[in-house]
Amino acid sequence: MALARKRAAEQPIQIPDKIAVSLIVNGVARRLDVAPWTTLLDALRDHLDLTGTKKGCDHGQCGACTVLVDGRRINSCLTLAVMKDGAEVATIEGLAKDGVLHPVQQAFIDHDAFQCGYCTPGQICSAVGLLAEGKAKTADDIRELMSGNICRCGAYPNIVAAILQAMGQS
Amino acid sequence: MINFQYARANDVADAVRMIAADPTAKFIAGGTNLIDLMKEDVEQPSRLIDISRLPLKTVAETAAGGLRIGALVPNSDLAYHPLVAQRYPLLGSAILAGASQQLRNMASTGGNLLQRTRCAYFYDTATPCNKREPGSGCSAINGLNRMHAILGLSESCIATHPSDMCVALAALAATVHVAGPSGERAVAIADFHRLPGTTPQRDTNLQPDEIVTAVELPAQGFAKNYTYLKIRDRLSYAFALVSVAAALELDGGTIKEARLALGGVAHKPWRNQSAEAALRGQTASPTTFAQAADLILRDAKGFAHNAFKIELARKAIVRALTQAARGTPQSQSNKKIR
Repeated sequence: MALARKRAAEQPIQIPDKIAVSLIVNGVARRLDVAPWTTLLDALRDHLDLTGTKKGCDHGQCGACTVLVDGRRINSCLTLAVMKDGAEVATIEGLAKDGVLHPVQQAFIDHDAFQCGYCTPGQICSAVGLLAEGKAKTADDIRELMSGNICRCGAYPNIVAAILQAMGQS
Repeated sequence: MINFQYARANDVADAVRMIAADPTAKFIAGGTNLIDLMKEDVEQPSRLIDISRLPLKTVAETAAGGLRIGALVPNSDLAYHPLVAQRYPLLGSAILAGASQQLRNMASTGGNLLQRTRCAYFYDTATPCNKREPGSGCSAINGLNRMHAILGLSESCIATHPSDMCVALAALAATVHVAGPSGERAVAIADFHRLPGTTPQRDTNLQPDEIVTAVELPAQGFAKNYTYLKIRDRLSYAFALVSVAAALELDGGTIKEARLALGGVAHKPWRNQSAEAALRGQTASPTTFAQAADLILRDAKGFAHNAFKIELARKAIVRALTQAARGTPQSQSNKKIR
């Protein structure tokens, strides 16, 4: 029926025990104890000290928190860490291999695809997800399928150019 | 976001038992709308029951020649599913017109049905809202109502249903399968969502102890002549001012069967069968389409900031039916409207 579920203020819930969660983060098995309301974003930043993933709006509107879970790009701010027990998470910190940047990272540098850089980890993780999905064929497709990542500096033309390069089309 | 307990359901029966036992609990699947509402204190469940691991993730053909879509199939998987792309491209197109790819990767089919209005007053706990606090009043009727309803509204609520997927499901005459303590039942999509009336706090006819298990599509998919045309304030990643799902079955230039549903204009996906009946047997032409638009918009009512939607909807309907008749559906990448 989708009624808003509201409980009376005089009926506080018992503080729940923290819940053990296992994640494979950037290829490394990690175990952490989190409250049920800890988002994956807060777990990464505050529990695992992986602060590359950014908190922008915290409401799924800006894409700064984008990470890859089991290979798919998602908004980590709208994801509860307890729900991802056992998942593989890839963040911006895990994209470079053996000191070599991921092709999308290199393309962002080659095309100067950022100004302040705050949205960039989310843009790059989102673009890595986009490449894996294989649905984008044109610049129009890239603009549409990257629309969940907002760049307040307006670096969009260079972001699209960088992704085209990473797709092997430049 | 205030504190809550967390539990995981092992199967559908388990989930129904858990929700029936705790009237302040809510199910969570993708969480894209619920967690946002919890962060805003609009939703304050005492317990979240995680149903995301239940085995409701398959898309399968039915004996009747249709498609049964598990409630936990992610929106993106559904939009790109080969059977949807081939036989129900209207559904795929509508899904891709909504949200962002990140959100579509998370959001479930069942959750999309149950997403709540994005009316700013519903979200703002400092303002009256009959949907959030029954009896407190509607702030939108005399407030900023650019995004609000023009059809099926009431003095209690002029909120709109935000889903694109559901507009296509309405046009395709889908059925929603639900399970509860007394077994399973099937609800026509037209009867699933409610008009606000005097109880806008109730979005749907799903009971508090029921769970959506699947969405079923009938055999007829209108794969040849369809379109999903969405008009919004920016080209992507915005809710509809007006959207139109149009589907035709043509015999030469004559309309044999027609489906027409609107999004962004009412408390539920807006389908009007008398407008569809007016199209049947007629020649596919702008004049015929305009007559159907007049019928579906006959009782439309505008407010201070959204009266423009009536004319916008009229033109969008004619354009969408034209696109459908031509067999040139609206691209969801190149946003030029042709």
